Amino acid sequence: MILRLSIPARQALAKLTLPVLIAASFGLMLLGKADTLLAERLRMALADSLAPIYVAISGPLHDLRSVAADATGLIDLRAENVRLRAENETLRRWQSIALALDAENQRLKANLHWLPDPTPSYVTARVVADAGGVYARAVLLSVGPGHGVTRGEIALDARGLVGRVTEVGARTARVLLITDLNSRIPVVLEGSRAHAIMVGTNGPRPRLMYWPEGVMPAEGERVVTSAEASAFPANLPIGTVHYSASNVPEVEPLAQLDRLEIVRIFDYGLHSQLDAEAAPDKGARSSAGGTPAAGAGRH
Amino acid sequence: MVDLIDQTPGIRPRPTLMRRLDATARLCFPAACTIVLMLLCLTPFGFADQAQLLPATAYACVWFWSLFRPGSMPPPVVFVIGVLLDLLGYLPLGVGVLGLLITHGIALRARRVLTRQGFVVVWLAFVGVAVGAAALTWALACALFFRLLAPGPAVFQAIITVAIYPAIAIVFIRAHRSVADPLQA
Repeated sequence: MILRLSIPARQALAKLTLPVLIAASFGLMLLGKADTLLAERLRMALADSLAPIYVAISGPLHDLRSVAADATGLIDLRAENVRLRAENETLRRWQSIALALDAENQRLKANLHWLPDPTPSYVTARVVADAGGVYARAVLLSVGPGHGVTRGEIALDARGLVGRVTEVGARTARVLLITDLNSRIPVVLEGSRAHAIMVGTNGPRPRLMYWPEGVMPAEGERVVTSAEASAFPANLPIGTVHYSASNVPEVEPLAQLDRLEIVRIFDYGLHSQLDAEAAPDKGARSSAGGTPAAGAGRH
Repeated sequence: MVDLIDQTPGIRPRPTLMRRLDATARLCFPAACTIVLMLLCLTPFGFADQAQLLPATAYACVWFWSLFRPGSMPPPVVFVIGVLLDLLGYLPLGVGVLGLLITHGIALRARRVLTRQGFVVVWLAFVGVAVGAAALTWALACALFFRLLAPGPAVFQAIITVAIYPAIAIVFIRAHRSVADPLQA
């Protein structure tokens, strides 16, 4: 304390600190609302500095979890073996069907002079932390310095669609999951080829909305992405239709969104259009945050 | 901090450099502990709804230290913890700050009565604080996101906050009498 104040003055000042700081918190709210990029940048800077710690901790944690999973796996080894044998039989049948269909598909495409879709480049990244908090569904990926990940790229796990990259830091990227409240994804119901919108609710299963009249989503029908609005490539697997208890059609995601460990981020070259559209989260955002640079040095 | 040591009359050892460092470390213990616990909450343990732990920990820590050692948890420190809560918890900026500052203010008002009571009374008082904090966070988040959010997570947050308090308090009560006590420097 360099400043020498009388005791009453100091007491008065101490009493004033709390009200002043409460007023400052309201100021902070206004600032956060006025400049959404500020909070975003601060968050990504913080995430970037914390990411090495999370990476260091998540390695051993992952090992620990796999040891625990092995231990529980040993107990029901026999039952699991029987189940896997049966599943293997079914999959073998499917494999022969798939191979036959693939060959037929190639032949038909060759006859039609079909232009092949470009193969997307991708990077694989580890999920290091939750990045959604209480009122959002998102994950933080550690992508390493010098990555080519940009906003709007698409994240998939081994089974299906996970979400889209919404913020990119120096070492980290934030992926907004398809279950987030702000997620709106154009989809196609595979059986009827009807278009619909999949709306996130923050719950485990996003809801289906705006399907055309006369078509009802059927229970168990596969849902894939639609290339409409050029936000997604067509036919990425998302999940299956499932009716909730209140008879609302929902999508049961294929991706294991509550246990994400490794995801692949695909660059379909669509994000330049995506910057022009309203950003998928928080509604208003300027396009200054995203640079449509092509990801270099990928596999 | 030297002021704090000299507040009580009595014979004390000379405030050497080491002793001052020791006293400072003890003084900083509550805030540092709170921030470390908050960072720990974000480690991917793989629990469902793990995101709820972060606000719960922040509120429990600020409540405890504001009540039992407000000298180590002054309003500016609460403000910084609040900003961290908003940034790490992906809340709109200022929401966690306001909630924590109000919690701090309530703790300061109630400390004359509550510090003389047993653990259960303090915990029961914290139930009210936790419910209020969850409701405030929910209402402000609704207002700042411009949409009606489901109240489920807010209810769950209040429950988690109440439930986590004893676990945190048991450790902190020990620390309060040992490592966090500047008078023992």
